[in-house]
Amino acid sequence: MSTTTVAHHDEHAEHPTGIMRWLTTTNHKDIGTMYLTFSLIMFFVGGAMILGIRAELFQPGLQLINPEFFNQLIGVHALIMIFAALMPAATGFANWMIPLQIGAPDMALPRLNNWGFWLLPPSAILLTLPFTLAMFGIGDGALATGWTFYPPLSVQGGIGVDFAIFAVHLLGVSSVLGSINIIVTLFNMRAPGMTLMKMPLFAWGWLITAFLLVATIPVLAGAVTMLLTDRHFGTHFFDAAGGGDPVMFQHLFWFFGHPEVYILLLPVWGFIPQILETFSRKPMYGYKAQVYSFWAIGGLSVVVWAHHFFTSGMPVPALLYFMYSTMAISLPLAVMFFCWIKTMWKGSMSFETPMLFTVGWIILFGIGGLTGLVLADVAADAQYHNSYFVVAHFHYTLFAGGIMGIMAGVYFWLPKMTGHMYNEKLGKVHFWLTAISFNLTFIPQFFLGLAGMPRRIPDYALQFAEFNMISSIAAFVLGFSQLLFVYNIVTCIKGGKKATDQVWEGAQGLEWTLPSPPPYHSFTEQPTVK
Amino acid sequence: MRGYRNICLGILSMLASLSAHAEYAWNFPEPVTPMALDTLHVHNKFMLISMAIFFVVLAIMIYSIFAHRKSKNFKPVADKAPSTGMEIFWTLIPFAILLLIDFVIMGIPAYHSVVMMEDTRDKATMVVKVTGSQWRWQYEYMDGDAQGIKFVSNLSTPKEQTDKGFEGKKDEQYLLEVDNRLVLPVGEKVRILMTATDVMHNWWVPQFGSSRLAVPGFLRETWVQVDKAGTYRGQCKELCGKGHGYMPVVVDAVPMEEYKAWVVAKKAEMAKASAGADKEWTKDELIAEGKGVYEKNCAVCHQVSGAGLPPAFPALTGSKVANGPIFGADGKYLKDGHLDRVLNGIRVMPGWKALLNDTEIAAVITYERNALGNSVGDVLQPSQVKVARQ
Repeated sequence: MSTTTVAHHDEHAEHPTGIMRWLTTTNHKDIGTMYLTFSLIMFFVGGAMILGIRAELFQPGLQLINPEFFNQLIGVHALIMIFAALMPAATGFANWMIPLQIGAPDMALPRLNNWGFWLLPPSAILLTLPFTLAMFGIGDGALATGWTFYPPLSVQGGIGVDFAIFAVHLLGVSSVLGSINIIVTLFNMRAPGMTLMKMPLFAWGWLITAFLLVATIPVLAGAVTMLLTDRHFGTHFFDAAGGGDPVMFQHLFWFFGHPEVYILLLPVWGFIPQILETFSRKPMYGYKAQVYSFWAIGGLSVVVWAHHFFTSGMPVPALLYFMYSTMAISLPLAVMFFCWIKTMWKGSMSFETPMLFTVGWIILFGIGGLTGLVLADVAADAQYHNSYFVVAHFHYTLFAGGIMGIMAGVYFWLPKMTGHMYNEKLGKVHFWLTAISFNLTFIPQFFLGLAGMPRRIPDYALQFAEFNMISSIAAFVLGFSQLLFVYNIVTCIKGGKKATDQVWEGAQGLEWTLPSPPPYHSFTEQPTVK
Repeated sequence: MRGYRNICLGILSMLASLSAHAEYAWNFPEPVTPMALDTLHVHNKFMLISMAIFFVVLAIMIYSIFAHRKSKNFKPVADKAPSTGMEIFWTLIPFAILLLIDFVIMGIPAYHSVVMMEDTRDKATMVVKVTGSQWRWQYEYMDGDAQGIKFVSNLSTPKEQTDKGFEGKKDEQYLLEVDNRLVLPVGEKVRILMTATDVMHNWWVPQFGSSRLAVPGFLRETWVQVDKAGTYRGQCKELCGKGHGYMPVVVDAVPMEEYKAWVVAKKAEMAKASAGADKEWTKDELIAEGKGVYEKNCAVCHQVSGAGLPPAFPALTGSKVANGPIFGADGKYLKDGHLDRVLNGIRVMPGWKALLNDTEIAAVITYERNALGNSVGDVLQPSQVKVARQ
């Protein structure tokens, strides 16, 4: 039965081959694959940059790179990891899985989808080109202000800042296009019978994400445009000498920047419970509670931005407001943690690689969340702010909470996408190496921060030497372990044990009713949901 | 092979120092101000609470991971949401616990800390203005006996130690030593006004527990009250360009009598320096003085050799500015001439008007014109700088 279906569908699957297939495709699966591939490549580009940093920080003194180049690497590392690795990975999953999960034949706006993807490679080139130009004596390298573009440093900077501003514009347009596509798809193309409150949680996570993106990216675009005019056209938005205020940039940037954290995490919070229910062989607990928590977090995320710069100086009532509203985010998060653990509780669990990553994810993201709660305390934040404590904190939320979540998703859906099982043993080795070396990289950084090491310094006092050495060694293990991930993905694409349609014994949902891999055009006839 | 030995040595020294500094390595350094003490208490309390939550939740998870697994043939139950009143009650418990922690156990002390941190004026007995510049701090005493004392504080770790590839032994206070320390009396509440001249900086001493952004064009404020005599070290905490890692803060907290003696000595020193501006200097004296000023302030960008780091930081050797005329026909300094550039700066280059005195500016300009591969041959006298400033 299933073989005839595949043959039937493939008749419609006429498309150009070779490079033209990928350039012209409007197919959601092809575009999803391109997003995921792009994300994986950029993950290694950003990773290589930070290994340069960690090599320099291996011991006190300057050994490998000079301070100017150091400052360029830290900022571009962050921009690449956030905009070119994490966000495209989530968008890639959205493209692949949202139509399959809601029983739609494709995304609602396929050409827009193609455009959204093809904006990414040029912006990645814009971000990294100044490094190459500097080698030929043009300009003085990439953005050296950290990823936050704070003026006046960014007004003072070289052409790298302009390149980064245009890269952010392109990335922003791409994200907004992707978001509009997802919103339109989810509101119009769900299978008959699938009400909003029956929609898979991943789709819900993405729906909130998409609204947050549409609401906040324009603010970022506005802020960096004001920066551009300050740099070249004589405006004084951020220059006190002309009546402007440098701190206003921080408000604008973080009005985008804080929701961005949840933009990165909400898609992950969406599919993590789906992985949990699959490997616990028991339906997820508290679906509605989780959806409402998404709403609550989406709403709160746009009203807490100033906790990123408590030390910039604010009136006391503003400090108190931003402190208490930030603490309130822990409430919906507590509900979600409760639901995740309750889904596991009295299930019938097995621990394939996606489940291992998910359980590790819950624990490590928990550490990120709890340290985030104490950072909200304004007085204590004066100590934590811009120290390595903060660096460790946001890597627990964005590497553990973001990237390890994405890895869980990759292992979970890879058999569905490729039709082959990946190498389970290798997957498990990858998990343990990643989880252990991740902790060994970042736990020492908590202590470094408490001891008083500021972030973004190329060289440090002797008292910080030991923890930096541990952190650097572990970072290299962490980086090189990711080669296993690539090897596993590539061999899985090339061949391996055939995956069944359902793939996982406990898998629920429309995507698992299709063959593995699904035909080029799926759900040409709409399924119905009871 | 050497790398391997380094790692082994590193691990050994790490173990040794962990036992030596056991009380400091894992937490905030010893607090010496009311703010830092408060912060340490908040931090410790919160770490205990969050670790308790973390380990209880982890224990529940681990129990479940071992008990409820397929390999043990555990049959899954099918509960999708709380159904009975009792279940709803249990579901709300974690929510209630967190509400209590957020807004009562943490929230109430946090309120008092914020109010204390922001109260910079009550009982403050003196005011010090801290100005951040790329890449040094400037301190100015605003009132009392010390009024008028003003000096710049630069990193004083020898340049060769911070250079790339330095292999020798580093100073004990590597990167944390300055030429002029801020001196404060013990036990006095000092209101600190904070500003910057170019980009944003952040004046931070971990043992003081306060940090505030220095924003160009704005005055921000914070306060410290150091209750224990000693030397306290910190660093700039806001990325401010290539020298961000090289602008430490060093504060000497001394008893009141010692502080008063320091004020008298410092004032005498300043009077002597301003007298120096009126005398006639020889070329060699100026060059000798200028070499020190240059290497402390200018070599970060223009390099010790004068070769610069083009294109961002131009070379001084053979530069048009350093080899061109200083004064025009009317006797005033030329726009975009050497003195104008040093006094007022351009783009990335800061103006030195407020940071260096007349003698230092005259000396460094004379040095730049007669060393670093340049040989213009002329001399700029401090008295000429004094006139040019007016």
